Amino acid sequence: MVNRREIMETIHMISDENLDIRTVTMGISLRDCATEDIDRLCEKIYDKITKKAEKLVSESEQISQEYGIPIINKRISVTPIAIVAESCKGDYVKIAKTLDRAAKEVGVNFIGGYSALVQKGYTDGDRRFIESIPEALAVTERMCSSVNIGSTKAGINMDAVKQMGQIIVKASQLTADNGCIGPAKLVVFCNAVEDNPFMAGAFHGVSEGECVVNVGVSGPGVVQCAIKKLGKDASLDKVAETIKKTAFKITRMGQLVAAEASNRLGVDFGIVDLSLAPTPAVGDSVAYILEEMGIGTCGCHGTTAALAMLNDAVKKGGVMASSSVGGLSGAFIPVSEDAGMINAARVGALTLEKLEAMTCVCSVGLDMIVVPGDTRADVISAIIADEAAIGMVNCKTTAVRIIPAIGKTIGDTLEFGGLLGSGPVMPVNPFGSCDFINRGGRIPAPLHSLKN
Amino acid sequence: MKAIVTVMGEDKVGIIAKVSTLLAESKINILDISQTIMQDIFTMIMLVDTDKSEKSIGEISDMLNELGKEIGIDIKIQHEGIFNSMHRI
Repeated sequence: MVNRREIMETIHMISDENLDIRTVTMGISLRDCATEDIDRLCEKIYDKITKKAEKLVSESEQISQEYGIPIINKRISVTPIAIVAESCKGDYVKIAKTLDRAAKEVGVNFIGGYSALVQKGYTDGDRRFIESIPEALAVTERMCSSVNIGSTKAGINMDAVKQMGQIIVKASQLTADNGCIGPAKLVVFCNAVEDNPFMAGAFHGVSEGECVVNVGVSGPGVVQCAIKKLGKDASLDKVAETIKKTAFKITRMGQLVAAEASNRLGVDFGIVDLSLAPTPAVGDSVAYILEEMGIGTCGCHGTTAALAMLNDAVKKGGVMASSSVGGLSGAFIPVSEDAGMINAARVGALTLEKLEAMTCVCSVGLDMIVVPGDTRADVISAIIADEAAIGMVNCKTTAVRIIPAIGKTIGDTLEFGGLLGSGPVMPVNPFGSCDFINRGGRIPAPLHSLKN
Repeated sequence: MKAIVTVMGEDKVGIIAKVSTLLAESKINILDISQTIMQDIFTMIMLVDTDKSEKSIGEISDMLNELGKEIGIDIKIQHEGIFNSMHRI
């Protein structure tokens, strides 16, 4: 039997330090649903999702109760719809509505996979599909969308970058009376991963199996408390060691839940995602971990170094704790979903430029950033291009989830509510690079020798 | 199934009696028990076996919660696996 101290440590992590399983995400392949008739396609998609995920919510809740560990979200990811629906000629928005309906039927709070992979080029279907994204996001509640526009091997599809700037603006305009929620459910990726359990960027990759369970753990609060207990005089190697040990323990929870869920649901165990995912709740913030490490306010000089160490230590600790690690696995820095980031942005310590630097050393990218409503599409495209270049050159996933807050300007706040939180409108560099974006074409894949 | 029952709160007369009575009524066997008082806070950890119980862990958990509210302490029951998995390789 584990000893008393260990039992109390686990209990404290859960009850006082916000340790939880952030998401149990079921990945479902829809490749076998493809057919020319869109109504038939929707029918097949609905039937497959509601059958496969029928018990996802109830079994997850059962596990949560038995083990006494909160499982916050139950979600579904599906094969990128641009691929599934390629041969259909009808209105893609019908499929979006079907996904939304299926999500509501099985009781998950998000379904991801209204996605397209265009890192090298577009098919005609991809083009029509991407055009449908703003409306699809506006008429659905729980559906999330993503587009992969670049990769280390293919380079960056700059035509898609240009289009995505326009799509984001349109998605915001169409949902202006609903807190501009559209672009908060839309991620533009470079090097998207196929087994990510986290929204809004989750989709079930084409090389994935029929049906899998992926689990995302969380525990910024636990890491923060562990560093706090070390005191201010502990050297950075001691801090790194503490983060590693804590990440190990957190990930063991994920492994346990993933194995249990896969067993009970009768589907394959996919991966455990090691990410430190914050929420707007106090004591659940990645920014506050950095501040606990000694950073004055998140975003000031030193932040990138601290984040690099945190991200690396989380991976080192987590990798041994799970039999299969994947997804995005790193520290997330979504501004609107992290109380410390919101505060840092509000006081002016955290800028878009600093966030860009931070994304070079941590998981994902410019996430949940609110910009003025009059930000031009070509400026957003340029932000996407910069972020994609970082991902492409550094062989890592980067993403942009940016929200032009229609009718709002710097100093205002956009409220999303729930896990998406609220974001202060952040200033954007006013000088544009319209001509660069309008050139279109492709940024070739980078050289991977002669590294300096 | 083996589970861990943790009881925490202000010390008062009869906590152990009430908790173990409730467990006994539900045919839950206590395998190990340790109890201490730290800074006036009563903490008790029990290893229990629920195999003979007809109740699900969810029902047992609800009952313990209710008792906890009644006597003003915090009572949890969790599958032993969560502690083993976190602290043992």
